[in-house]
Amino acid sequence: MANAVEKFNNVAIASTEAINGITDANLQALNGLEFTGVPDAHTLISTHTASASSSLDITSGIDSTYDVYEFRFVNMHPATNGVDFFFQVNAAGASGFNETMTTTVFRAAHDEADSATTLTYQTSDDQAQGTGYQSIGNYGGNDNDQAVSGVLTLYAPSSTTYVKHFTARATDHMAHDQAGDFFVAGYINTTSAIDEISFKMEAGNIDAGTIKMYGIATS
Amino acid sequence: MALTLISTHTASADSSIDITSGITSTYDSYEFHMVNMHPANNNVNFTFQVNADGQSGFNETITSTSFRAYLKEDGTGGTLGYDGGADQAEGTAYQRILSTGTGSDNDQCVSGVMTLFAPASTTYVKHFTAVGNGTDHGEYEVTSYMGGYINVTAAIDEISFKFDSGNIDAGTIKMFGVS
Repeated sequence: MANAVEKFNNVAIASTEAINGITDANLQALNGLEFTGVPDAHTLISTHTASASSSLDITSGIDSTYDVYEFRFVNMHPATNGVDFFFQVNAAGASGFNETMTTTVFRAAHDEADSATTLTYQTSDDQAQGTGYQSIGNYGGNDNDQAVSGVLTLYAPSSTTYVKHFTARATDHMAHDQAGDFFVAGYINTTSAIDEISFKMEAGNIDAGTIKMYGIATS
Repeated sequence: MALTLISTHTASADSSIDITSGITSTYDSYEFHMVNMHPANNNVNFTFQVNADGQSGFNETITSTSFRAYLKEDGTGGTLGYDGGADQAEGTAYQRILSTGTGSDNDQCVSGVMTLFAPASTTYVKHFTAVGNGTDHGEYEVTSYMGGYINVTAAIDEISFKFDSGNIDAGTIKMFGVS
Protein backbone atom coordinates (compact mmCIF):
# COMPACT_ATOMS: atom_id res chain seq x y z
CA MET A 1 0.00 0.00 0.00
CA ALA A 2 1.41 3.37 -1.01
CA ASN A 3 1.41 5.62 1.99
CA ALA A 4 1.70 9.42 1.87
CA VAL A 5 0.04 9.96 5.24
CA GLU A 6 2.48 10.35 8.11
CA LYS A 7 0.32 11.02 11.15
CA PHE A 8 -3.21 10.80 12.53
CA ASN A 9 -3.91 13.01 15.56
CA ASN A 10 -0.17 13.31 16.06
CA VAL A 11 0.28 9.53 16.15
CA ALA A 12 2.81 8.40 13.62
CA ILE A 13 1.46 5.96 11.07
CA ALA A 14 4.20 3.58 12.02
CA SER A 15 2.68 3.45 15.51
CA THR A 16 -0.91 3.08 14.32
CA GLU A 17 -2.18 -0.47 14.45
CA ALA A 18 -5.86 0.05 13.75
CA ILE A 19 -8.40 2.73 12.91
CA ASN A 20 -12.00 2.13 13.95
CA GLY A 21 -11.13 -1.50 14.43
CA ILE A 22 -9.68 -1.93 10.98
CA THR A 23 -6.10 -3.01 11.12
CA ASP A 24 -3.51 -1.11 9.21
CA ALA A 25 -2.86 -4.07 6.96
CA ASN A 26 -6.46 -4.01 5.75
CA LEU A 27 -6.85 -0.24 5.58
CA GLN A 28 -6.72 0.86 1.98
CA ALA A 29 -8.85 3.99 1.95
CA LEU A 30 -10.37 6.61 4.22
CA ASN A 31 -13.58 8.44 3.34
CA GLY A 32 -13.51 6.73 -0.02
CA LEU A 33 -10.10 8.11 -0.91
CA GLU A 34 -7.04 6.02 -1.49
CA PHE A 35 -4.40 6.31 1.16
CA THR A 36 -2.05 8.18 -1.15
CA GLY A 37 -4.53 11.01 -1.68
CA VAL A 38 -6.56 11.12 1.49
CA PRO A 39 -6.92 14.64 2.88
CA ASP A 40 -7.65 15.46 6.50
CA ALA A 41 -11.28 14.86 7.36
CA HIS A 42 -11.43 18.45 8.52
CA THR A 43 -9.11 20.58 6.44
CA LEU A 44 -8.19 24.19 7.02
CA ILE A 45 -8.54 25.93 3.65
CA SER A 46 -7.89 29.56 4.51
CA THR A 47 -7.67 32.06 7.35
CA HIS A 48 -9.06 35.60 7.13
CA THR A 49 -8.20 38.23 9.72
CA ALA A 50 -10.10 41.50 10.02
CA SER A 51 -8.41 44.77 10.84
CA ALA A 52 -10.83 47.66 10.55
CA SER A 53 -12.32 45.84 7.55
CA SER A 54 -15.67 46.72 6.01
CA SER A 55 -16.13 43.03 5.21
CA LEU A 56 -14.28 39.74 4.90
CA ASP A 57 -14.99 38.32 1.46
CA ILE A 58 -13.85 34.79 0.71
CA THR A 59 -13.72 34.54 -3.05
CA SER A 60 -11.77 31.33 -3.58
CA GLY A 61 -11.68 27.84 -2.15
CA ILE A 62 -15.41 27.08 -2.18
CA ASP A 63 -15.89 24.40 -4.81
CA SER A 64 -16.81 20.74 -5.24
CA THR A 65 -13.77 19.47 -3.35
CA TYR A 66 -15.77 19.18 -0.14
CA ASP A 67 -19.36 18.27 0.67
CA VAL A 68 -19.52 20.60 3.63
CA TYR A 69 -17.76 23.83 4.54
CA GLU A 70 -17.36 25.13 8.05
CA PHE A 71 -16.58 28.74 8.95
CA ARG A 72 -15.30 29.28 12.48
CA PHE A 73 -15.43 32.93 13.45
CA VAL A 74 -13.59 33.87 16.62
CA ASN A 75 -13.80 37.15 18.51
CA MET A 76 -15.42 39.22 15.77
CA HIS A 77 -15.26 42.66 17.32
CA PRO A 78 -17.40 45.45 15.85
CA ALA A 79 -16.32 49.04 15.52
CA THR A 80 -19.93 50.12 16.10
CA ASN A 81 -21.91 49.28 19.21
CA GLY A 82 -25.01 47.09 19.10
CA VAL A 83 -24.70 45.58 15.65
CA ASP A 84 -25.40 42.16 14.18
CA PHE A 85 -22.79 40.01 12.45
CA PHE A 86 -23.90 39.11 8.91
CA PHE A 87 -23.14 36.82 5.98
CA GLN A 88 -24.25 36.56 2.36
CA VAL A 89 -23.10 34.53 -0.65
CA ASN A 90 -22.61 34.88 -4.36
CA ALA A 91 -23.52 32.29 -6.95
CA ALA A 92 -20.93 31.18 -9.49
CA GLY A 93 -20.96 33.47 -12.47
CA ALA A 94 -23.19 36.04 -10.79
CA SER A 95 -22.19 39.32 -9.19
CA GLY A 96 -22.87 40.75 -5.77
CA PHE A 97 -23.62 39.14 -2.41
CA ASN A 98 -27.37 39.07 -2.80
CA GLU A 99 -28.71 35.54 -3.14
CA THR A 100 -32.26 34.73 -2.03
CA MET A 101 -32.63 33.19 1.43
CA THR A 102 -35.35 31.85 3.64
CA THR A 103 -34.19 31.47 7.24
CA THR A 104 -35.17 30.84 10.84
CA VAL A 105 -33.63 32.50 13.89
CA PHE A 106 -34.03 31.99 17.62
CA ARG A 107 -31.94 32.90 20.60
CA ALA A 108 -31.49 32.45 24.32
CA ALA A 109 -30.30 35.45 26.28
CA HIS A 110 -29.49 36.29 29.89
CA ASP A 111 -28.19 39.54 31.30
CA GLU A 112 -25.40 40.01 33.78
CA ALA A 113 -27.79 41.67 36.25
CA ASP A 114 -29.95 38.54 36.24
CA SER A 115 -33.01 40.64 35.49
CA ALA A 116 -34.04 39.03 32.21
CA THR A 117 -33.93 35.69 30.46
CA THR A 118 -35.45 34.77 27.15
CA LEU A 119 -35.82 32.00 24.61
CA THR A 120 -37.54 33.52 21.61
CA TYR A 121 -37.98 33.32 17.88
CA GLN A 122 -36.41 36.40 16.28
CA THR A 123 -38.77 37.62 13.59
CA SER A 124 -36.67 40.73 13.14
CA ASP A 125 -33.65 38.67 12.09
CA ASP A 126 -35.10 36.05 9.75
CA GLN A 127 -35.66 36.38 6.03
CA ALA A 128 -38.43 35.12 3.74
CA GLN A 129 -37.01 35.06 0.24
CA GLY A 130 -34.87 38.02 1.20
CA THR A 131 -31.67 39.06 -0.50
CA GLY A 132 -30.14 40.95 2.41
CA TYR A 133 -27.20 39.84 4.49
CA GLN A 134 -28.32 37.26 7.05
CA SER A 135 -27.65 37.88 10.73
CA ILE A 136 -25.65 35.15 12.46
CA GLY A 137 -24.60 37.15 15.53
CA ASN A 138 -26.88 39.36 17.53
CA TYR A 139 -26.41 42.91 18.82
CA GLY A 140 -22.70 42.66 19.54
CA GLY A 141 -21.11 45.20 21.81
CA ASN A 142 -18.01 47.17 20.97
CA ASP A 143 -16.49 47.47 24.43
CA ASN A 144 -12.88 46.43 24.25
CA ASP A 145 -13.64 42.97 25.66
CA GLN A 146 -16.85 42.31 23.69
CA ALA A 147 -17.12 40.13 20.59
CA VAL A 148 -19.03 37.31 18.94
CA SER A 149 -17.77 33.81 18.18
CA GLY A 150 -19.36 30.81 16.51
CA VAL A 151 -19.60 28.37 13.64
CA LEU A 152 -21.44 28.55 10.31
CA THR A 153 -21.85 25.31 8.36
CA LEU A 154 -22.68 25.45 4.64
CA TYR A 155 -23.80 22.24 2.97
CA ALA A 156 -22.92 21.24 -0.58
CA PRO A 157 -22.39 24.71 -2.01
CA SER A 158 -21.33 23.32 -5.37
CA SER A 159 -24.59 21.47 -5.98
CA THR A 160 -26.40 22.56 -9.14
CA THR A 161 -29.48 20.52 -8.23
CA TYR A 162 -30.49 21.59 -4.74
CA VAL A 163 -30.89 24.74 -2.70
CA LYS A 164 -28.02 25.34 -0.26
CA HIS A 165 -28.67 24.63 3.40
CA PHE A 166 -26.80 26.23 6.26
CA THR A 167 -26.81 26.25 10.06
CA ALA A 168 -25.08 28.61 12.46
CA ARG A 169 -24.65 28.97 16.18
CA ALA A 170 -22.98 31.98 17.77
CA THR A 171 -22.38 33.17 21.29
CA ASP A 172 -22.33 36.92 21.90
CA HIS A 173 -21.33 39.34 24.55
CA MET A 174 -24.13 41.70 23.59
CA ALA A 175 -24.04 45.46 23.81
CA HIS A 176 -26.29 45.59 26.85
CA ASP A 177 -24.16 43.14 28.80
CA GLN A 178 -26.12 40.02 27.98
CA ALA A 179 -24.94 36.57 27.03
CA GLY A 180 -26.64 35.55 23.82
CA ASP A 181 -26.81 32.09 22.25
CA PHE A 182 -27.95 32.61 18.66
CA PHE A 183 -29.24 29.87 16.35
CA VAL A 184 -29.75 30.50 12.64
CA ALA A 185 -30.61 28.08 9.85
CA GLY A 186 -32.11 28.14 6.42
CA TYR A 187 -31.45 27.75 2.77
CA ILE A 188 -30.11 29.83 -0.05
CA ASN A 189 -32.82 29.40 -2.61
CA THR A 190 -30.75 28.87 -5.71
CA THR A 191 -29.70 25.79 -7.62
CA SER A 192 -26.61 27.56 -8.92
CA ALA A 193 -23.34 26.69 -7.24
CA ILE A 194 -22.17 29.03 -4.50
CA ASP A 195 -18.49 29.94 -4.71
CA GLU A 196 -18.11 33.15 -2.68
CA ILE A 197 -19.13 34.23 0.81
CA SER A 198 -19.01 37.57 2.57
CA PHE A 199 -19.08 38.48 6.26
CA LYS A 200 -19.63 41.94 7.70
CA MET A 201 -21.18 43.85 10.54
CA GLU A 202 -24.65 45.33 10.25
CA ALA A 203 -23.04 48.78 10.39
CA GLY A 204 -19.45 49.93 10.63
CA ASN A 205 -16.29 47.93 10.27
CA ILE A 206 -15.18 44.60 11.62
CA ASP A 207 -12.59 46.05 13.94
CA ALA A 208 -10.90 42.69 14.57
CA GLY A 209 -11.51 38.99 14.41
CA THR A 210 -10.58 35.82 12.56
CA ILE A 211 -12.56 33.54 10.27
CA LYS A 212 -11.18 30.13 9.35
CA MET A 213 -12.72 28.18 6.49
CA TYR A 214 -12.57 24.38 6.69
CA GLY A 215 -13.56 21.71 4.22
CA ILE A 216 -15.15 18.54 5.49
CA ALA A 217 -14.00 15.57 3.45
CA THR A 218 -16.25 14.22 0.75
CA SER A 219 -18.33 11.22 1.68
CA MET B 1 -5.00 18.09 11.09
CA ALA B 2 -7.52 20.76 11.89
CA LEU B 3 -8.93 18.84 14.84
CA THR B 4 -6.11 17.56 17.01
CA LEU B 5 -6.55 15.28 19.99
CA ILE B 6 -4.58 16.84 22.83
CA SER B 7 -5.47 14.62 25.74
CA THR B 8 -7.88 11.99 27.01
CA HIS B 9 -9.21 11.90 30.56
CA THR B 10 -11.03 8.89 31.93
CA ALA B 11 -13.00 9.05 35.15
CA SER B 12 -13.13 6.23 37.64
CA ALA B 13 -14.95 7.28 40.80
CA ASP B 14 -13.31 10.71 40.59
CA SER B 15 -14.62 13.82 42.31
CA SER B 16 -13.65 15.84 39.24
CA ILE B 17 -11.65 15.80 36.04
CA ASP B 18 -9.26 18.73 36.06
CA ILE B 19 -7.36 19.50 32.88
CA THR B 20 -4.42 21.61 33.93
CA SER B 21 -2.22 21.52 30.85
CA GLY B 22 -2.64 21.83 27.12
CA ILE B 23 -4.89 24.91 27.01
CA THR B 24 -2.65 27.52 25.44
CA SER B 25 -2.47 29.89 22.49
CA THR B 26 -1.66 26.99 20.18
CA TYR B 27 -5.29 26.72 19.06
CA ASP B 28 -8.04 29.25 18.35
CA SER B 29 -10.65 27.11 19.97
CA TYR B 30 -10.89 23.93 21.97
CA GLU B 31 -13.48 21.18 21.85
CA PHE B 32 -14.26 18.89 24.76
CA HIS B 33 -16.04 15.69 23.78
CA MET B 34 -17.66 14.10 26.80
CA VAL B 35 -18.86 10.55 26.38
CA ASN B 36 -21.00 8.57 28.80
CA MET B 37 -20.37 10.64 31.91
CA HIS B 38 -22.01 8.47 34.54
CA PRO B 39 -22.73 9.92 38.00
CA ALA B 40 -22.39 8.09 41.27
CA ASN B 41 -25.36 10.02 42.68
CA ASN B 42 -28.86 10.19 41.29
CA ASN B 43 -30.44 13.40 39.94
CA VAL B 44 -27.28 15.45 39.52
CA ASN B 45 -25.98 17.97 37.00
CA PHE B 46 -22.78 17.84 35.00
CA THR B 47 -20.81 21.09 35.31
CA PHE B 48 -17.61 22.89 34.38
CA GLN B 49 -15.53 25.81 35.62
CA VAL B 50 -12.22 27.34 34.58
CA ASN B 51 -9.19 28.95 36.14
CA ALA B 52 -7.43 32.00 34.77
CA ASP B 53 -3.71 31.91 34.17
CA GLY B 54 -1.84 32.69 37.38
CA GLN B 55 -4.93 32.43 39.55
CA SER B 56 -6.07 29.71 41.90
CA GLY B 57 -9.35 27.90 42.09
CA PHE B 58 -12.02 27.15 39.52
CA ASN B 59 -14.16 30.19 40.16
CA GLU B 60 -14.18 32.62 37.23
CA THR B 61 -17.18 34.87 36.59
CA ILE B 62 -19.70 33.51 34.08
CA THR B 63 -22.85 34.87 32.46
CA SER B 64 -24.70 32.15 30.60
CA THR B 65 -27.91 30.98 28.97
CA SER B 66 -29.57 27.60 29.06
CA PHE B 67 -32.52 26.02 27.33
CA ARG B 68 -33.58 22.46 26.86
CA ALA B 69 -35.99 20.09 25.20
CA TYR B 70 -37.20 17.02 27.02
CA LEU B 71 -39.63 14.15 26.68
CA LYS B 72 -40.53 11.36 29.05
CA GLU B 73 -40.11 7.77 27.94
CA ASP B 74 -43.87 7.24 28.12
CA GLY B 75 -44.33 9.96 25.50
CA THR B 76 -45.62 12.66 27.83
CA GLY B 77 -44.23 16.01 28.84
CA GLY B 78 -42.58 17.10 25.61
CA THR B 79 -41.30 20.61 26.30
CA LEU B 80 -38.96 23.26 24.93
CA GLY B 81 -38.12 26.06 27.33
CA TYR B 82 -35.57 28.31 28.94
CA ASP B 83 -34.00 26.70 32.00
CA GLY B 84 -33.52 29.39 34.61
CA GLY B 85 -32.07 26.88 37.03
CA ALA B 86 -29.05 26.22 34.86
CA ASP B 87 -27.87 29.71 33.91
CA GLN B 88 -25.67 32.19 35.75
CA ALA B 89 -25.54 35.99 35.92
CA GLU B 90 -22.00 36.96 36.81
CA GLY B 91 -21.81 33.85 38.94
CA THR B 92 -18.64 32.09 40.00
CA ALA B 93 -20.13 28.64 40.51
CA TYR B 94 -19.58 25.63 38.30
CA GLN B 95 -21.71 26.03 35.16
CA ARG B 96 -24.15 23.30 34.22
CA ILE B 97 -23.60 21.85 30.77
CA LEU B 98 -24.87 19.03 28.57
CA SER B 99 -27.98 18.08 30.52
CA THR B 100 -29.69 18.26 33.88
CA GLY B 101 -31.03 15.86 36.49
CA THR B 102 -28.98 12.95 35.23
CA GLY B 103 -29.83 9.59 36.72
CA SER B 104 -27.41 7.07 38.17
CA ASP B 105 -29.04 3.87 36.91
CA ASN B 106 -26.43 1.63 35.36
CA ASP B 107 -27.46 2.65 31.84
CA GLN B 108 -27.91 6.38 32.52
CA CYS B 109 -25.34 9.01 31.67
CA VAL B 110 -24.80 12.25 29.77
CA SER B 111 -22.78 12.97 26.63
CA GLY B 112 -22.06 16.04 24.56
CA VAL B 113 -19.62 18.60 23.22
CA MET B 114 -18.44 21.90 24.60
CA THR B 115 -16.54 24.48 22.55
CA LEU B 116 -14.35 27.09 24.23
CA PHE B 117 -13.31 29.96 21.96
CA ALA B 118 -9.92 31.65 22.16
CA PRO B 119 -9.09 30.89 25.81
CA ALA B 120 -5.64 32.45 25.46
CA SER B 121 -6.97 35.87 24.50
CA THR B 122 -6.02 38.63 26.90
CA THR B 123 -8.35 41.11 25.19
CA TYR B 124 -11.80 39.54 25.06
CA VAL B 125 -14.14 37.63 27.32
CA LYS B 126 -14.15 33.89 26.63
CA HIS B 127 -17.16 32.53 24.78
CA PHE B 128 -18.35 28.96 25.11
CA THR B 129 -21.17 26.82 23.72
CA ALA B 130 -22.27 23.34 24.69
CA VAL B 131 -24.86 20.85 23.58
CA GLY B 132 -25.55 17.59 25.30
CA ASN B 133 -27.98 14.81 25.76
CA GLY B 134 -28.71 12.99 28.98
CA THR B 135 -30.98 10.50 30.62
CA ASP B 136 -32.85 12.19 33.40
CA HIS B 137 -33.45 10.36 36.68
CA GLY B 138 -37.19 10.56 36.01
CA GLU B 139 -36.84 8.68 32.73
CA TYR B 140 -36.75 11.75 30.53
CA GLU B 141 -34.59 12.32 27.50
CA VAL B 142 -33.10 15.78 27.97
CA THR B 143 -31.22 17.76 25.33
CA SER B 144 -29.67 20.97 26.65
CA TYR B 145 -28.02 23.95 24.99
CA MET B 146 -25.80 26.16 27.11
CA GLY B 147 -23.86 29.20 25.96
CA GLY B 148 -22.25 32.24 27.46
CA TYR B 149 -19.02 33.91 28.35
CA ILE B 150 -16.44 33.80 31.06
CA ASN B 151 -16.24 37.47 31.95
CA VAL B 152 -12.50 37.81 32.27
CA THR B 153 -9.87 39.13 29.90
CA ALA B 154 -7.10 37.07 31.51
CA ALA B 155 -6.13 33.92 29.64
CA ILE B 156 -7.82 30.67 30.67
CA ASP B 157 -5.45 27.73 31.02
CA GLU B 158 -7.26 25.21 33.21
CA ILE B 159 -10.70 23.62 33.17
CA SER B 160 -12.53 21.38 35.59
CA PHE B 161 -15.52 19.09 35.09
CA LYS B 162 -17.59 17.45 37.81
CA PHE B 163 -21.10 16.54 38.89
CA ASP B 164 -22.64 18.96 41.33
CA SER B 165 -22.90 16.16 43.87
CA GLY B 166 -20.95 12.95 44.22
CA ASN B 167 -18.28 11.45 42.03
CA ILE B 168 -17.99 10.95 38.30
CA ASP B 169 -18.35 7.20 38.43
CA ALA B 170 -17.17 6.73 34.84
CA GLY B 171 -16.80 8.55 31.56
CA THR B 172 -14.27 9.96 29.14
CA ILE B 173 -13.42 13.51 28.15
CA LYS B 174 -11.29 14.16 25.08
CA MET B 175 -9.81 17.60 24.55
CA PHE B 176 -9.21 18.65 20.96
CA GLY B 177 -7.54 21.72 19.58
CA VAL B 178 -9.04 23.32 16.49
CA SER B 179 -6.30 24.89 14.44
